[in-house]
Amino acid sequence: MSLPSSSACGRLEAAWELLRQIPDPEVPVISLCELGIVRDLRVREDGVEGLEVVLTPTYSGCPATELIQDDVRTALSAFGAVQVTLQRAPAWTTDWITAEGREKLRVYGIAPPGPAAAGAEQPIRLVHRASLSQLACPRCGSLQTEKLSAFGSTACKALYRCLSCREPFEHFKPI
Amino acid sequence: MTQASIQVGSSPQVQYLLRIADSCLILGQRLGEWCGHGPILEEDLALANMALDLIGQARALLTHAAHLDGQGHDEDQLAFLREERQYLNPVLMELPRGDFAFTQVRNFAVATWLQLLWGRLASSSDAEVAAIAAKAVKESRYHQQHAADWVVRLGDGTDESAARMREALAQLWPLFNELFDADAVDAAAVAQGLGPAWSELRADWQAQMDEVLADATLAHPKPSAYVSAGRRGVHSEHMGHLLAEMQYLQRAYPGGKW
Repeated sequence: MSLPSSSACGRLEAAWELLRQIPDPEVPVISLCELGIVRDLRVREDGVEGLEVVLTPTYSGCPATELIQDDVRTALSAFGAVQVTLQRAPAWTTDWITAEGREKLRVYGIAPPGPAAAGAEQPIRLVHRASLSQLACPRCGSLQTEKLSAFGSTACKALYRCLSCREPFEHFKPI
Repeated sequence: MTQASIQVGSSPQVQYLLRIADSCLILGQRLGEWCGHGPILEEDLALANMALDLIGQARALLTHAAHLDGQGHDEDQLAFLREERQYLNPVLMELPRGDFAFTQVRNFAVATWLQLLWGRLASSSDAEVAAIAAKAVKESRYHQQHAADWVVRLGDGTDESAARMREALAQLWPLFNELFDADAVDAAAVAQGLGPAWSELRADWQAQMDEVLADATLAHPKPSAYVSAGRRGVHSEHMGHLLAEMQYLQRAYPGGKW
């Protein structure tokens, strides 16, 4: 870890560098920054020595939210007392996951989300289990895949199966 | 029980938000009861995930309601230290989880209702409520879609699954009325621009229910004049038992943290 620089600008740059290395606790292959939940990093304005990090939570009930705040506090503790501010609006969307983040998800075996905005106004549609999903398998690229369950190991993911390579995989749902 | 109860104020604004927060909290508690008991592992996970979303939505609204109430309470005190008559969820939410058909019919009806409600609350005059709703509406779409899939699969399934769905619909139908009942608290919320009168949601809710029930080959039961009164704190005999289990830790170990 490099020591904090004396200039405010250098300190922030060094802090961003540390922030970019913090992995998401549930999907450790991507960082919090790649997940798109870090809104801002600034010097605290309340007179206390330290930094303020502004985060946007992913799901209302995501149990990792508190853990993420703790990880951020620990990583930036060299700069003084860390203030974590949660900013709800605008609501987080999977559209904020960076291109690098999406590629890392795919290599890890999680099919990345498609555009969320396009699905926002769609009516409730009934998908029968026999129908194919149109989602590419993150392992072999086949489009012959089917949905097993709309909810996976976490609220943000669904369970799928590839009918070509027969491997199960998860899909990061667009939201 | 060693921890004293708290009381919240009677401002219509706080009451309106508690009705929604408690709906999410109590249904979340009921869905959590499926954990380890789902018919298949995937559904066990799905119900627990939806329970987490609902409890997360409740936490945000309870925190905001506590702030507006101005007595210095926090989300945990509101969730765990009120007495039964101070919980303002419709009775529908507190009914025991029943069988899988009952759970899916209730989930579909509530998710459809919440999705319409969050959609309207997203333009609330209260910026915090609007922000919570803008997030929650996206989650409720997944809940609604998932429950709709099951309603169709079970309703248009085997003789046994269809019979259970008809039974669940018959039991639940009279309890839906409370989701659209109008009163002074709603009128005040409309006047302040806080949120819609729940009665305004009925036509859209009915249309979406009808569409999915038709796909499920299920007829809906005859309308009932009965209106339950959970929103005024008058609950069924099931509520006390639910609260005893939900509140036990905070009552026995006051201020206990995770």
